[in-house]
Amino acid sequence: MPFVNQIEATFIQSLKEILPSDRVLTSAEDIVPYSFDGTAALKQRPGAVVFPLTAEEVSDCVKLARRNNVPVVTRGSGTGLSGGSVPLAGCLVICLVKMDKLIEVDEKNLTLRAQSGVITKEIDDAAAKAGLFYPPDPGSMKISTIGGNVAENSGGLRGLKYGVTRDYVMGIEVVLPDGTLTFLGNKCVKDVAGYSMKDLFIGSEGTLGIITEVILKVLPRPKARKTMLALYDSMDAAAKTISAIIAAKIIPCTLEFLDRVTVQCVEDYAKIGLPTDVEALVLMETDGHPVVVEEEAAQMMALARANGARDVRAAADEAEGAKLAAARRNAFSALARVRPTTILEDVTVPRSELATMVAFIDSVAKKHKLQIGTFGHLGDGNLHPTFLTNERDHEEMLRIEIALEEIVDETIRLGGTVTGEHGVGLAKKAFLKRQLGEGSFELMRSIKQALDPQGLLNPGKIFDPRN
Amino acid sequence: MPSANLLKSLDYSVLQQCMHCGMCLPTCPTYVETKMERNSPRGRISLMRAVADGELQVSKALSDEMYYCLGCLACQTACPAGVNYAELFETARAEVEQAQVNEGMQRDFWRWLSLNVIFMRPWLLRLIGRVLRVYQSTGLEKLMRKVHFFGLMPPSLKKLEPQTPQIAAQFSDDLIWPEETPQQSKGYRVGLLTGCIQDLAFSNINRDTVDVLLANGCEVITPRSQSCCGSLHAHNGELELARELARKQIDSFDLDELDAIITNAGGCGSHLKTYGHLLHDDPFYTEKAKQWDRKVKDIHEWLVQIRFRKPTAGAGVSEVTYHESCHLCHGQKVVSQPRQILNSIPGLVFKELPESNWCCGSAGIYNITQPEQSQKLLDRKVANLRQAGAPIVATSNPGCHLQIANGLRACGSHPCHEVTQPLTLLAQAYRAESAAESAS
Repeated sequence: MPFVNQIEATFIQSLKEILPSDRVLTSAEDIVPYSFDGTAALKQRPGAVVFPLTAEEVSDCVKLARRNNVPVVTRGSGTGLSGGSVPLAGCLVICLVKMDKLIEVDEKNLTLRAQSGVITKEIDDAAAKAGLFYPPDPGSMKISTIGGNVAENSGGLRGLKYGVTRDYVMGIEVVLPDGTLTFLGNKCVKDVAGYSMKDLFIGSEGTLGIITEVILKVLPRPKARKTMLALYDSMDAAAKTISAIIAAKIIPCTLEFLDRVTVQCVEDYAKIGLPTDVEALVLMETDGHPVVVEEEAAQMMALARANGARDVRAAADEAEGAKLAAARRNAFSALARVRPTTILEDVTVPRSELATMVAFIDSVAKKHKLQIGTFGHLGDGNLHPTFLTNERDHEEMLRIEIALEEIVDETIRLGGTVTGEHGVGLAKKAFLKRQLGEGSFELMRSIKQALDPQGLLNPGKIFDPRN
Repeated sequence: MPSANLLKSLDYSVLQQCMHCGMCLPTCPTYVETKMERNSPRGRISLMRAVADGELQVSKALSDEMYYCLGCLACQTACPAGVNYAELFETARAEVEQAQVNEGMQRDFWRWLSLNVIFMRPWLLRLIGRVLRVYQSTGLEKLMRKVHFFGLMPPSLKKLEPQTPQIAAQFSDDLIWPEETPQQSKGYRVGLLTGCIQDLAFSNINRDTVDVLLANGCEVITPRSQSCCGSLHAHNGELELARELARKQIDSFDLDELDAIITNAGGCGSHLKTYGHLLHDDPFYTEKAKQWDRKVKDIHEWLVQIRFRKPTAGAGVSEVTYHESCHLCHGQKVVSQPRQILNSIPGLVFKELPESNWCCGSAGIYNITQPEQSQKLLDRKVANLRQAGAPIVATSNPGCHLQIANGLRACGSHPCHEVTQPLTLLAQAYRAESAAESAS
């Protein structure tokens, strides 16, 4: 039987009966660029890539794949950082970027309805036009799709005050592994009719169903925002400031930090005049009613000083705020330029353990002679230790593997999680059981088994199939 | 002799620097058009890497993709990892040319005629310019258009005919002395690059550049009959010819005697600043080329660097908007300086253009090779200009200038009715000062 990219040619033919041939890609030049997502060092060439425009077309593709026993990997813009949308050899990639209709902004119910392929930033832009606000702001929001955000339960910089994607999903339309098209949830704030099925699919990384449409909750847009920057000689002092701010009953919308290595890289790259001998740089923002914002900002600055900040500055306006935020904004870019390969990790610990964790990562870097820059979200304990390396240096990659093991063990010991916002995918798979324990790990696999007995939706992501 | 695989011999770390994060996607005009990964920078780099790794053959489809790319370099501005896309894209185009996957007598002939013959010979280029000038000024062009002569041409050429640039009445060498000295010197001595298309169609802008430099105390040295800078060749896969032209350019200036080499065309400047890399294997030129790179300055960049004098008179224009040449903003990162110049002119209100750094579709010879995609980008630019609502748009690259002027002309009534350059407006303001002085 003839094969095309390890898929039977007859399957490709059937795909072209469902979709016009310009939305079915099989040539090498067309599909090589779908071999990877935003995760370092992972790639696998798919068998074919299709672009449905409607949920019905997605359903038809899934039914066809099921009849032919072809695995399906769903993809949005391919910006994921855990390998969730990296294909399997010879699989069918269902790419949803052309399902990009923003269906409705409902100002009466404070909801927004969109197809899965709408870009995250366009969601917030549409909300902003009506004076509303969609808070989750993952780093890739200028290109990530809302469907991908929901499937990965993406976070962002505003986790402490506003939560993550899950907190804004009211309903989803989903294609189940057998091709059934169904809607879970609605526009009601209160709804206790049966299991909260939508929640099962949020963060399921394309393993349980394909999300084709979402209803999101939106908020009134905050009227004012104030940005501040504090520099510290010790990570402990920075952490103490955060505890003091929260003890003072203030919930800032942003509490971001960079460690010494990251600050040095930022200064090397962007030359914004930061002292390179600081141990921590903290970016703080509060938003809301103008009067409250002013009051809280003054309090936060006083607390930073009282807890040992070397220098504290506040921006007078938005433009100056952007300048202060430049260090944080440039953090990843600055780190990414240092070496050819950049591996971004995502371990998260309870907020109270953050300083301990940062010190531990620092010691691991020294022990294994590695370059690790750490930045992340102080408010929610989500760290991004970033390994600067070269994937072609096998000896160094081995040391990174060992270092990562140690970091993961310490994270779990401190009651943390191996991934705060990037997802398990392929990258964190090896650590999942260690964190969850046997019972909860098997529960997850049972759910997968029940919904997708053939194991066709994104197989091998999160965990390996049973047997 | 088997031809060397250029992508394989490229320093692998350049390819590897792409961490495929996808941040380039929303800034890439071709990706935004099709939403297909192969039409994006990250997708193209993955194809190049597959060729370098021996996993993909150089094919016609690969070549088509490399030529569908505008080379606008918007991806370089968006890239967090600092990928040198310009180098990758030039290497990839050279690779597909070498593999000769684009067989076709007609394509070969036109490429050879323009890249190997016309743009390698400054005298021939200007001769063609003179012939065109006569053709345009004697009314022959109008006559040909009237009798529908161009109806006989193949449709692709027929569509291009109205885009032929209006040839200037005099070329730069007739307007600019080899050495011009300012009334009040500030001690700067600079060389001026007159360009090729710029010289043929916009020699007046070269004159304006000299006037502005003189007004700011710079002595200006302008070598005669300059050749093409080679950007056209480098962007179209002819790296050897590009090297030959780079050596010629370097030889025409006495680098030790000059504080800066001034370029006023965004597209040329972006390429001129990379001679060091282009000639890094040439034992005689390595050092000179590095020195060259250090001295090449875009005119706006230079003016701000030497703290140019704010004019005291206006330019006779009340409102202006600004379209950024891709290779000025993305290629050279000269973003704020042209705006500072426009903002310095008394009585001139500067209005931002939405998507000011989105390619207008000119992109070198892209409007000839990819007319359909080029037109879509031009329509987008014209719509944005309508939204900006200023009567005049300034830009600083001959390609963009011609493209936008054609776009505005084609749509008949449009709030924006003139294309100019920031330098021209500044020169006008300085001239208005002297006029005011002599009147008083």
